[in-house]
Amino acid sequence: MSNKAYITGTCIIRNNGIYHNGELVWEAPGAELQEFLRGAYDQFSGQYPKFHKMDPLSKLGWLAAEVLLKDSPILQLPKEAVGMILSNRSASLDTDIRYYATVKDFASPALFVYTLPNIVMGEICIRHGFKGENTFFVSEQFDTALLSAYPTELLSATPLQACLVAWVEVMEQDYEVIMVLVERNGQEVLDKESLDAIR
Amino acid sequence: MQKVFVAADNIVSPLGSTTLQNFEQVLQGNSGIQLHDNAAYAAAPFYAAMLAPGQLESYAGQYNANEYTKFERLLLVSIADALRQTNIDTQSSRTGFIVSTTKGNIELLEQSVEKAQAVVAVGDIHEPEAPVEIPVHEMQLGATARKIADHFGFVNEPVVVSSACISGLLAILTGKRLIQAGIYDQVIVTGADVLTRFVLSGFQSFQAVSAGPCRPFDANRSGVSLGEGAATVILTNDPAKAGAFVLGNGAVSNDANHISGPSRTGEELAAAMQLAMSGTGVQPEDIGFVSAHGTATLYNDEMEAKALHHAGLAERPVNSLKGYYGHTLGAAGLIEAIISMQALKKGVVLPTKNFETPGVTMPVNISNAITHTQATHLLKTVSGFGGCNAAMVFSLIS
Repeated sequence: MSNKAYITGTCIIRNNGIYHNGELVWEAPGAELQEFLRGAYDQFSGQYPKFHKMDPLSKLGWLAAEVLLKDSPILQLPKEAVGMILSNRSASLDTDIRYYATVKDFASPALFVYTLPNIVMGEICIRHGFKGENTFFVSEQFDTALLSAYPTELLSATPLQACLVAWVEVMEQDYEVIMVLVERNGQEVLDKESLDAIR
Repeated sequence: MQKVFVAADNIVSPLGSTTLQNFEQVLQGNSGIQLHDNAAYAAAPFYAAMLAPGQLESYAGQYNANEYTKFERLLLVSIADALRQTNIDTQSSRTGFIVSTTKGNIELLEQSVEKAQAVVAVGDIHEPEAPVEIPVHEMQLGATARKIADHFGFVNEPVVVSSACISGLLAILTGKRLIQAGIYDQVIVTGADVLTRFVLSGFQSFQAVSAGPCRPFDANRSGVSLGEGAATVILTNDPAKAGAFVLGNGAVSNDANHISGPSRTGEELAAAMQLAMSGTGVQPEDIGFVSAHGTATLYNDEMEAKALHHAGLAERPVNSLKGYYGHTLGAAGLIEAIISMQALKKGVVLPTKNFETPGVTMPVNISNAITHTQATHLLKTVSGFGGCNAAMVFSLIS
């Protein structure tokens, strides 16, 4: 491909730590996932009560975007020019199992709405007003070939100027977020190798 | 820009196992939606478009039910029929494979819970509830897609699109873009969803299921009817393998408003419609008809009517095919795009089954009888939970 896109920021959440552009910015060793998420919310936001209604998948993606976009010029772009391409292994299965446990008594609409993996993108869009392209892919492993090629195509062929690209996986206590901010200009070219290196 | 053509397609649904069978049924006004009284799905009777007992088995005789789930057999039958229509090289590294679904093998979760309850039922009543053993790997969509890919010998990593109700159309758009990015020469785009207790109970918990067959855009509409099915389109960059259609531009937007309710203004869907038309180089008056999402919920249809206005499409004929198929979730965009292509090829605009009285605040031209069109472009739109919208133009090859 002749067109290029560039990685301009990274956020990784794993092993009870949050890393922004490679630096550890917060950690809560030994915490359970929900406790860890609550602590991170207090650290990086504390001003968004809707957070507490979200499922763990949405909380993880939302938090990574919060860290990555704090004071970012991306927030000044036209809202139609910011999109996101997210992916994971388990889709919304973590919440699916909890939802289905409610069905025999009283099916929970509050859980059902989170039984789609793309809801995390809706939550991030609502938070920041982003109205651009968004797609959720599911793959057995982080498909760094697809997650570099497809956003590159979007930045060259659509009105998108910036895109959040991420692996956002959660299943019970196992979780991992690798989110990068991608723009039309920058230093580090987005490709399979650069995404693999961030992992 | 590289052109991308439709080489072949298939629909597997209550209305048949080929595109042609399906189109004939729709043309005759027949619907797959029926009243079902089945305690395995819901305590009370409900309307839905479900495959009849034995119907899938008659289509999928060669695929063993012990080896493949219902979801997987739907995909296998649909892909196999589409592949029979073309001579693309399925084993080539230039062949991509995309699966669209919202819930995939979620039926396995239901079965694992039932199995645990059955163990309790036959055991001593004082025993604690049997542990539910959930086959997590088999429910992971990537693993399921790989199983299907392996069956056909596709060599590339399968791509699974799971973006709620826009997944089917978005999968076609993704396939087109991956061809235009130079990654593939042809892509098999397939999608399916199975009607399950999981999905039915969820829509019922939202009080979003219509008491009768759904009535898109009608004043008396009161919610969705759910459906099930699969569909496949094969895309190619080779004009020699093209059928009747070339893909126009497509676009996706997000409402940034609410995770389970549509935009209040319709501006975001309208933006996707306008990008689809402008990128294709067509004007609203060039669009023969719009195949809308038209779920028949109060808010969705209202939002779509507003979007049609904003996009300059208020006077173009609009239909919803949900009255024939119900809402087939991850298959909906595929099934409805294929039926719409068939209609445009035959020069007809299909009626919106069960629509009688206009019921949206912005007047739109809802098709309620078969009419004829000379147009060569159609616009397909979809919207879904998470605030997502997509729109795409399909054009007859001149």
